[in-house]
Amino acid sequence: MTTMLRSAPPAQARKSTGVRGRPLLRTSYHQDLALANTPAKRRSVIGLVIASFVVPFLLTDDLLQVLTLGMISAVGAIGLNLVTGYAGQVSLGHAFFIGVGAYTGAVLGGDPDGAMLGYGLPMWIWLPAAGVVAAVAGLIVGPLAVRLRGLYLAIVTLGLVFLGDHVFREAREITGGPGVGRRGAELELFGIDFSSMEPISGLSRGQAQFFLALVFLIIFAILGRNIARSGVGRAFGAVRDRDVAAAVIGVDLTKYKVMAFAMSSFFAGVTGALYYAVIGVFEPGAFSLLLSIQYLAMVLIGGVATISGSIMGALFIALLPRLSQFIAGFVPDGLISVFQLEAILYGLLIMGFLIFEPRGLFGIWTRIRNYWKGWPFSY
Amino acid sequence: MSAASPHAPSSTVSPRPVPEGHVSEPVVSVRGVELAFSGVKALQGVDFDVFDNELFAVIGPNGAGKTSIFNVLSGVYRPQQGTVEFAGTDIRGMRPHKIANLGMARTFQNIELFENLDVVDNLMLGRHAHLGYGWAASVAWFGKAKRAEVANRRRVEEIIDFLEIEGYRQLPVGMLPYGIQKRIELGRALAMEPKLLLLDEPVAGMNGEETEDMARFILDIRNELRIPMILVEHDMGLVMDLADRVMAMDFGKPVATGTPHEVQSHPDVIRAYLGPVDDATLAEVQGELA
Repeated sequence: MTTMLRSAPPAQARKSTGVRGRPLLRTSYHQDLALANTPAKRRSVIGLVIASFVVPFLLTDDLLQVLTLGMISAVGAIGLNLVTGYAGQVSLGHAFFIGVGAYTGAVLGGDPDGAMLGYGLPMWIWLPAAGVVAAVAGLIVGPLAVRLRGLYLAIVTLGLVFLGDHVFREAREITGGPGVGRRGAELELFGIDFSSMEPISGLSRGQAQFFLALVFLIIFAILGRNIARSGVGRAFGAVRDRDVAAAVIGVDLTKYKVMAFAMSSFFAGVTGALYYAVIGVFEPGAFSLLLSIQYLAMVLIGGVATISGSIMGALFIALLPRLSQFIAGFVPDGLISVFQLEAILYGLLIMGFLIFEPRGLFGIWTRIRNYWKGWPFSY
Repeated sequence: MSAASPHAPSSTVSPRPVPEGHVSEPVVSVRGVELAFSGVKALQGVDFDVFDNELFAVIGPNGAGKTSIFNVLSGVYRPQQGTVEFAGTDIRGMRPHKIANLGMARTFQNIELFENLDVVDNLMLGRHAHLGYGWAASVAWFGKAKRAEVANRRRVEEIIDFLEIEGYRQLPVGMLPYGIQKRIELGRALAMEPKLLLLDEPVAGMNGEETEDMARFILDIRNELRIPMILVEHDMGLVMDLADRVMAMDFGKPVATGTPHEVQSHPDVIRAYLGPVDDATLAEVQGELA
């Protein structure tokens, strides 16, 4: 195809940052492929990172824990977005994979002298292991997606949640059984005990856990973006949009559907292990259909097939109980409970976003961005 | 817009698919293919060869089995009988992505682009088999994956340049006009650097100007890129002007194979389109076509 080379683009200029006044002018593919490929993105990423390092010093520990759990959920939401948003395979089974990760983490990293099975291994073993075991579960479930799609796949993955629920309830040696539960893994990394009540080098427990979660979220968000922007992410999109055409241009459907489930489950496993290590005690009832729905809500509210949307959605869902407590203050006593209000809010939000902004919070954000890009002109 | 045939034109319409005096090995060779959908015979006794740098057209009325041939070639359907030899392998019953990786590319009658992805991503998907890195490199990004992405992006830009779609690069394909989408689908197939290109009605639903553009691209592909092509098309003007050889189909069977002119005036082909006609009408139609 050398004859097609009419004008070779200048691809050598790797470092040039664009001509003055034309911030969107790119002179190399490297610039185009970069994550923060506009000055505005670079500035806002730096701003966000600085803000998230300041936040822990402004908020109380109980609100910090809400954000910490939100950030850990965001890792799982990115995982669900990989399989459901990017690869288009609707999965209601996310709670199952989170459960597998949670119990793998708890068993490997749990107290060896505790009531339940625990090996007391360090965090750098139990955390990746939780991801890997969940990913293996995903590898086993993945082939189902090869034969089924849409609603049928949703129903089969739904079955997975009930299967998991039963197993988790009955395996009392590992899970403690319903109503009893067990302790999560020990949060101790590089000799720092993140669950100790003592201040850790000047930081409170809430602040230390916040930073831990922040670091993990940044790592997994970058991994998620790498998957999304590479050939694997494109193949996921091809499988989602047109599976026959994808196969005809050389994308192995079986391979990429299974890969989507495995990668998604890895993220879910890590989230499961970390989340319940921060929470402390958890029981098998946690991994019910409601948890799967919560994660789907994060993806739908945040934005389908976006990493930043998954994070926004997860933080939003994490803050929702606070919001419903706030609203409950205005509702007359005895009409509905806070929990009922929360359930109603879930439903309303999912419906509202699907009808009015299917691209989720990310879509709202792009609309605001485009408005200011064109300001003061509306077009 | 006349295309000089690289092959010696055969003087008689022969049922044999091989043009006389041809020496090179065929790129694709189809023998005795039978395809049935529970009793409905979609293809019966289909034989043909396509040679290097040849533009081979398949014509026929609606439901004649033209697209079925494409679906058999690209592995979407598995024929019950016959052999399909491509790139030295029998590809009958092989899975579509494996056939694609052997070097067969196709476009679709109804556009099958990935509408939520932008133009660059659609073309990059055409290069999927050329990326040469796995999931681990993909997760890590820096190193192998990034190098491969940049190298393949360069090839994609050449195709964008070739098809004159520079202005649409970063737009989601779903919102582009129909004619441009057809061109992008052609680009996605070209990005695969195929050994054989299957074009399923590339100008269906296009206006005169768009048809001319597409015809020019098809000629460019043949003359500059030298990719053999099989073309299914209802626009007879385009087929007659571009094709080296034509195979006419009716009810799943090949009726005649030869140069465009021979096939056009073949009595069975005229009957396939017009129904049973008497000899006087036949002579009249042949006279008009001549």
